Amino acid sequence: MMLLWLILIPFLGGCLAWAFRGRHADASRWVSIAALSLDLPVLALATRAPSGAWLDRLNLPWIPQLGINFELGLDGLSLLLVLLTLLLGIVAVIISWSEITERTGFFHFNLMMSLTGTIAVFLALDLFLFFFAWEVMLVPMYFLIALWGHERRIYAAIKFFHFTQGSGLLMLVAILALAFVHQAKTGVFTFDYFALLGTPMSRATEFWIMLGFFIAFAVKLAAVPFHSWLPDAHTEAPTAGSVILAGVLLKTGAYGLLRFAVPLFPQAAMAFAPTAMLLGVIAIIYGALLAFGQADFKRLVAYSSVSHLGFVLLGIYAWNTLALQGVVVQMLAHGISTGALFILAGALQERLHTRNFAQLGGLWASLPRLSSWGLFFAIASLGLPGLGNFIGEFLVLLGTFQKHPVFAVVGAFGTVTAAAYALLLVQRAFHGTPRKVEVPDLRARHIAVMAGLAVAIIWLGITPQPVVDTAAPSLAALQASAATPGPGAK
Amino acid sequence: MFFLVLVPLLPLLGSALLTLSEGRLAPRLVAFVGVGSVGLSALVATLIAIAFLTGPDQHLTITLWQWIRIGSFAPTVSLYLDPLSLVMMLIVTIIGSLILLYAVDFMAGDEGYSRFFAYMDLFVAAMLLLVLAGDLLALYVGWEGVGLCSYLLIGFWYQDPANGLAARKAFIVTRVGDTGFILGLLLLFTQLHTLQIQPLLAQAQTSWAVSSLPATLAAALVLTGAVGKSAQVPLQTWLPDAMAGPTPVSALIHAATMVTAGVYLIARTHTLFTLAPAVLAAVGVIGTITLLISAFAALNQTDIKRILAYSTVSQIGYMFLALGLGAWGAAIFHLMVHAFFKALLFLAAGAITMRLHHEHNIFRMGGLARRLPLAFWSFLIGSASLAALPLITAGFYSKDAILAAAWAPGGAARLLWLGGIVTAFVTALYIFRAVFVVFFGTAKTEPSGRYSWRVAVPLTLLSVLALGGGLVETPPVLGDITLFSRLLAPVFPTAPPPAPVMLILFTAVISLLGLGLAYTLYWRIGPRFAAWANAPPITAFRTFFAEGWAFDALYHQLVVAPFLALVSANHADIIDRFYTGIAWTCRWLHRRLGAQQTGQIRWYASWIAAGSVVTIAVAVLR
Amino acid sequence: MMTVPLQHALYLAIVLFALGVTGVLVRRNLLFILMSIEIMLNAAGLAFITAAARWGQADGQVMFLFVLSLAAAEVSVGLALIIRIRHRLTTLDADAANLMHG
Repeated sequence: MMLLWLILIPFLGGCLAWAFRGRHADASRWVSIAALSLDLPVLALATRAPSGAWLDRLNLPWIPQLGINFELGLDGLSLLLVLLTLLLGIVAVIISWSEITERTGFFHFNLMMSLTGTIAVFLALDLFLFFFAWEVMLVPMYFLIALWGHERRIYAAIKFFHFTQGSGLLMLVAILALAFVHQAKTGVFTFDYFALLGTPMSRATEFWIMLGFFIAFAVKLAAVPFHSWLPDAHTEAPTAGSVILAGVLLKTGAYGLLRFAVPLFPQAAMAFAPTAMLLGVIAIIYGALLAFGQADFKRLVAYSSVSHLGFVLLGIYAWNTLALQGVVVQMLAHGISTGALFILAGALQERLHTRNFAQLGGLWASLPRLSSWGLFFAIASLGLPGLGNFIGEFLVLLGTFQKHPVFAVVGAFGTVTAAAYALLLVQRAFHGTPRKVEVPDLRARHIAVMAGLAVAIIWLGITPQPVVDTAAPSLAALQASAATPGPGAK
Repeated sequence: MFFLVLVPLLPLLGSALLTLSEGRLAPRLVAFVGVGSVGLSALVATLIAIAFLTGPDQHLTITLWQWIRIGSFAPTVSLYLDPLSLVMMLIVTIIGSLILLYAVDFMAGDEGYSRFFAYMDLFVAAMLLLVLAGDLLALYVGWEGVGLCSYLLIGFWYQDPANGLAARKAFIVTRVGDTGFILGLLLLFTQLHTLQIQPLLAQAQTSWAVSSLPATLAAALVLTGAVGKSAQVPLQTWLPDAMAGPTPVSALIHAATMVTAGVYLIARTHTLFTLAPAVLAAVGVIGTITLLISAFAALNQTDIKRILAYSTVSQIGYMFLALGLGAWGAAIFHLMVHAFFKALLFLAAGAITMRLHHEHNIFRMGGLARRLPLAFWSFLIGSASLAALPLITAGFYSKDAILAAAWAPGGAARLLWLGGIVTAFVTALYIFRAVFVVFFGTAKTEPSGRYSWRVAVPLTLLSVLALGGGLVETPPVLGDITLFSRLLAPVFPTAPPPAPVMLILFTAVISLLGLGLAYTLYWRIGPRFAAWANAPPITAFRTFFAEGWAFDALYHQLVVAPFLALVSANHADIIDRFYTGIAWTCRWLHRRLGAQQTGQIRWYASWIAAGSVVTIAVAVLR
Repeated sequence: MMTVPLQHALYLAIVLFALGVTGVLVRRNLLFILMSIEIMLNAAGLAFITAAARWGQADGQVMFLFVLSLAAAEVSVGLALIIRIRHRLTTLDADAANLMHG
């Protein structure tokens, strides 16, 4: 039952936050924080009785006529991602405290709905429920961008919506196709994940359905060539929106690939792996090149996400334990470091009303705290050993090297280009000819958030073992289900 | 022995304390924390050294924690102490604390005083992790950590964009090498299933044949990392620009310690290189090419720090030369002696510039011998050691060991020896050129201010080391002291044969000849020579040499310009054009079809009627 | 008693319907358009009754009653709309009412 509460609490919190609209702006913020914080002990409670790879399961009938169940499951992988969602959610509420002053109730409602959807995505084990949660996650995000975004928010919001909706539709088609194929083979019409695992089908069918899933998740993961919604959406979204988008929503794509696209279609996925890895490598280099050329703080960080998620794609399709562990660490580390950079961009925007490098630079003298945090997270982002991102990238490269050395070699050069754009960011925003600005430096609220994220990324860098141990059983189970042909073990 | 942890930990804590204080500590307190943490670390290191040398162990490992464990991939964070890392640890902590003490005065009054010491302490911690790490992945943490600190400190005066550029250049160029290194790590782990240095080397020896492909590839990749970090050809271009940092930084990072990390890495993994003779030969060749071209570059610099920078590149070339010949001990010996005299030279140069309003051009100095005696004597001693003046300097003994090693095998190695001996001559020439131009003749800038003990003590101590530091290892004819090679014997069991007497004499004469030529050209016939050297055909060559043999221009054409062109051509993301193309097509179709929507009811009715007629006709006539 | 042949009645319905369509298409006055629509409806109704007579079933007549009631409703709504348009546009010209153009 804990899993249900895990979803219900942020949902109810969001509704309550909306109810407090108008005069009680702070109330909706506190309610949101309270709901997300309350979810943390619930998450801890949900891990009490593990069985196999699963820490907790829940299966309620929903639309039995169509074989649709309200089926949730929590394993190590989902646990880590839900944890990331909750923490970044709290961070998002805190940092929009002074930024969002209009329609705060509705803002927090949308934020919480999006988070609810994300948590449900990470828990859903029924493909129909998964699709439902997928949509729940997107629509509020559209409103976040369109209502509280920056200058070109409408363009960005519509672009975001078209990409994700189009890909979602493709996924729906693929889900239905899979369900029908399963029905034709076994006579049972179901959307149950475990039942659909190992559905026997012809080579071509498997490939096309797999491709539908792959494209849907690749769009979400912003893999080249489906990435072009990301820079616009990230740049125009309000800070909280950027943090959630980059920190959590992108990870749903990777999660989908890990949970569905590979285990459901093992043969097709493995045949497709070289292509996917090639796309990953291209994303690493291409994203870095584009990041280097941007004149907008947030756009640079957005393209750097494309590059970082290239490592994720590369690691997923290398599909061995090392690479998959790397993927998990990279997802967490990217969520933290990129989230932090977006927060700093938001802080700059709030103070100087610009994100353009032509109007930034030389801020160290006036804003030493903001600048030093910027330096720290830029360095985390370029993958300095000792910080989380390095562990992720190294493990992915190590796993890839054992499978396809060539991709690892090209991917490794991504660390050079990452250095180029990350240091350029530092130079163009913080270093250079001093610029006198009469604005306050970071305040306690932001400092606390930054310090928390910094501790997290250092912790991830020097003792990643708890994360590795948490993810290990579920990754092993995923690998096992992809390796055994025939109906997967329940 | 668990106190070994304190050695890197103390500077790290110092750095953390300074960072977290956000520059609110009083300068005296900052200096106390900044220097004290490294000084204490040096003290602990010395005590550990005494305990280690008197103890029975030849090496010891302290495992701090299991870093990651995924199947067989289980790197640990561990410290490994053996004579090699012991020597490195002592160099880093002792020279580090001397330079930091000096920096207390050098950086006085700088607005980033606290930031400076925070970065420096972090550097020392990272460097100590690098030399003490028992695992290649942990070593890589230190390796990148020192690179980061190098970046931060080169760009320390961030107000000038040129410094930022130099800093980024340093980081990115070394990262190109590091990419090779990391690929080497991937290959080593994939093949040998461990990254723990000692088991890895043992494993390599048992499972790889000499000159086998994986061995060669792995050694070549490790070499790439070393070449980048140690500023060897073809990745040497970043070091001269790195002089944009404060002088203590140049002394510590870009002379004494970090840039020699490549030498340390190769010495540390020398077993791997003995399995790959081709790569080992490449090490020697790279070293020789580097030492030659950078010596000529040093001869044509006007900035005192750039002279020293090229000199550093050149001297590390000697170390690579020694490594390439398998004379591991000689390389480390020269590494140590070089750390003494090059730190001394940089600090002396800093002592000059801090009194001359940060004037760096040697031709605007002059006549400083009597005005700045302390700086003069220190610089002179450093130069003598660098030029390897016979008997009295440490540099003589260490360089002699390398040249002897190059002479011994005969054959093609004699070419390397020839490169070394030519460079020995040029070295004496370029450094005494600086001495004569800077300290003699008429004064062009008047010094101001005075030195405190914090400047005098490091200079004096380093002077003593630069002169006497070589007496730990001398050739048979000159006392036959073998302290250093006996110390390193557990790590490097085989040592090259000692030098014949004639060779020692020849080397000594060569360096004296260089000194003599410098005296003639830059002092006796100074103005006439200057007029000749500044004539057009000569200046063209000199500019070419001065710009480091135009490597920068070459890389600009080959790498930087295409990269920037690609970036600027695609900064709007060509793939996005595809999607905006779809949107454009939709809008175009919308306009076309929208035109049919006239709003006139009769128009619609006509279409309905026509449609019905066609439908019925099709249905009936089909 | 002489019965009108089936074909004749259907021909009449077709002619009436064609007249109605033509009226809708060529007339610009909204009132006339409405009247033309009525003619079309009646043409359809005639066809229903003819068919009912031919097969001896009541269904056609039932349908015609439907058509009648529908026509009445349609006329009332249509006339109301026409009055509104007359108010808004001060004309009954159908071509002037093109505010919904694309």
